[in-house]
Amino acid sequence: MVKKVKLRILFLLTIVLSAILIVFLILKSLEKDVVFFLSPTDVKDLKIIETKKIRVGGMVKDKSISINSEKVNFIITDFKNEINVSYSGSVPNLFSENKGVVAEGFLEDRNYFKAVKILAKHDENYMPPEVKKALGEK
Amino acid sequence: MLANHIGFYSLIMGLLSSILIFIFSLKSYQGKVIDKRIIPSSFFQLFFVIVSFTSLVICFIISDFSNETVFNNSHTNKPIFYKISGTWGNHEGSLLLWLLVLTLFLFLFLINSRSELKQYRVLTVIFQQVIIIGFFLFVLFTSNPFSYLFPKPIEGLGLNPILQDPALAIHPPILYIGYVGSSLIFSATLAAVIENYISKDWAKNIKLWILISWIFLTIGIMLGSIWAYYELGWGGFWFWDPVENVSLMPWICLTALLHCVLILEKREILKSWTIILSIATFTLSMCGTFLVRSGILNSVHTFANDPSRGIFILSFLFLLVSISVIIFFLFHKENQNDYKKIYFLSKEVSILVNNWFLMYFLSVILIGTVYPIFLEVLTDHKISVGPPFYNKLIIPFLVFFLVFMSIGPNLKWIKETNIKNKVQLFIFFLISLFLSLFLFYKSGQTNLTITILLSSSLYLFIVTIKDFFTKDLYNLSKKIAHFGFSLLILSILLNSILSKEVIVNLKVGDKFNFKNEKIIFNSLENSRKVNYESVVGSFTIEDDKQKIYEFKPELRIYDQPVIITSEADIKVDLLKDKFLVMNIIKGEEYFNVRYQIKPFMIWIWISVLLLAVGGFLSLYKRFYEK
Repeated sequence: MVKKVKLRILFLLTIVLSAILIVFLILKSLEKDVVFFLSPTDVKDLKIIETKKIRVGGMVKDKSISINSEKVNFIITDFKNEINVSYSGSVPNLFSENKGVVAEGFLEDRNYFKAVKILAKHDENYMPPEVKKALGEK
Repeated sequence: MLANHIGFYSLIMGLLSSILIFIFSLKSYQGKVIDKRIIPSSFFQLFFVIVSFTSLVICFIISDFSNETVFNNSHTNKPIFYKISGTWGNHEGSLLLWLLVLTLFLFLFLINSRSELKQYRVLTVIFQQVIIIGFFLFVLFTSNPFSYLFPKPIEGLGLNPILQDPALAIHPPILYIGYVGSSLIFSATLAAVIENYISKDWAKNIKLWILISWIFLTIGIMLGSIWAYYELGWGGFWFWDPVENVSLMPWICLTALLHCVLILEKREILKSWTIILSIATFTLSMCGTFLVRSGILNSVHTFANDPSRGIFILSFLFLLVSISVIIFFLFHKENQNDYKKIYFLSKEVSILVNNWFLMYFLSVILIGTVYPIFLEVLTDHKISVGPPFYNKLIIPFLVFFLVFMSIGPNLKWIKETNIKNKVQLFIFFLISLFLSLFLFYKSGQTNLTITILLSSSLYLFIVTIKDFFTKDLYNLSKKIAHFGFSLLILSILLNSILSKEVIVNLKVGDKFNFKNEKIIFNSLENSRKVNYESVVGSFTIEDDKQKIYEFKPELRIYDQPVIITSEADIKVDLLKDKFLVMNIIKGEEYFNVRYQIKPFMIWIWISVLLLAVGGFLSLYKRFYEK
């Protein structure tokens, strides 16, 4: 009987310990691997420019797309502030002027963003929430 | 018009008959005799839901725009096939489908369980009926598919064109069978807990339902993944998108349950764990529905963002989970003689280890999926959790998981005594280690984690192949499924290591050199199709051996709603897929061209099919053992 109780305690202890370990591991890597989402205004308000990967979302400014064989350049706006984006990579079909866009990449400075990925939204009516808010406030 | 009314009223009749079943089964539970009216009324319930669903399909076929659902999701010039599949390509219709599968499963359960304990049967019906009534109310009050529009619009708004695709047309029904199957497992588990019937016999019976939902969930996820591969044009098949994760989580839980029930069947231990897994599987399926339907996750599955729907599902889920937890604590008693001796080297311990690993993967995915949601609610920060997070946390554990998976099935139940016999396993391990080192030496890569992962997956691969050559054909289903899994991991791994891609903006007439191949953009051709304008680009790719491949990727500019989709051109062979897709950028002369070489792509699909085949075989055996 005593042995059984000991075994059970040992068993429970292993479970609790491994659970703690798991949560710790997950949270630790969450800290590193999450990608923050910012609007152009948020970018302007940044105190320091980090080298971490971020996402910038907003609308593609009218008549701002220019293309050559390696690159696509455009401007993301939230109708308060703007940011220049340069991008080489595959462009989703829903990407066009006056449509919502989310770009993932690295900030060079407060006005220049180097994107490594443009995210496709599945819906043609999609508008990033920040932009919706900004448009609502206007 | 007429179909619309028929649909609506038969839905109400369905609700009435489900309330009747509920009352009948409550009475029979008290009276301890099965009411003879339960089976006929469950047949009527199913019948009414079928009628209601069929009339919605008819509304879609005849494009009856006085129906709001049809108006929002259909268009007269859509091909008939997509008019029909549009029925479940939207929130209201898909819930009606969900209801249809729920009632179908209940009916099947009733006619298949005649040999089982009466009280257990009746209780299962009661619990299942609670879920069914909940969904009836949900459909009728928050998402009625038969809402009436007046004046009748002339033309509908059309179905999102990226949903107009054969794989995606059958993806929802198959996935739903998997999801909804988990509800029956849930009800049966609760009934068995109350009746103190968690036993070998119960394990045998419930395994049938676990297998059915597992098979369909597997195929459903695969179809969605195939669709994402060729339709979204990103060239991958899994993106760790929250929407994909919510379907993977119940799958992992169900896989754990499938193995756990084996132990229950053989040794009658781990009863509480089985119960917890059943409840968790159902909760995760419902959570998936909630997350996807409430519009919290932005995706192709988010049809209309209506908070009231989310709140309904959430409170309903909360109710069900609290009921199940209360039942678990009140009724579940561990018998003293349930404690049996467990030896470390035994099959049951290795299955338990497998379960722990699966639970770890599950919690990683769960946290990665819901953490951003909580963070946004609490701090207003928007974040996203991408593949690096999952890769980093899953891959190291996957190595051990694979090694355990190779050794575990070769152990005996209760206690393995013959250790010397396992020298063979060790030799295989060394072989796979050397093989992967050799491969890496050849390919010139030096990534340590991937080498280790490759050797462990090779190990599993070799061991599962060896298992086919043992004499006993008993447990062929397991062998096939485990082989399928090893093939899956191996092909995913090789695919991700050896894939090559190039993305470039090209004009007509441009040439581009990529490694030893030459991409030439020859011409563009416009043509008019039923409900879209088609632009087909013609590309030739020439490799250094003068072999020429013709690629014809297509752009489709749909009329209603105006959306452009790309149809990739994929050349499939057994060793690799060549994938070419073009996208439009701002209507200028440049096209964004993506060319990828994806080795062993087809083996990913084949291996998932093998998993499902293993499941089917096991199911077949169940039926014939009876």
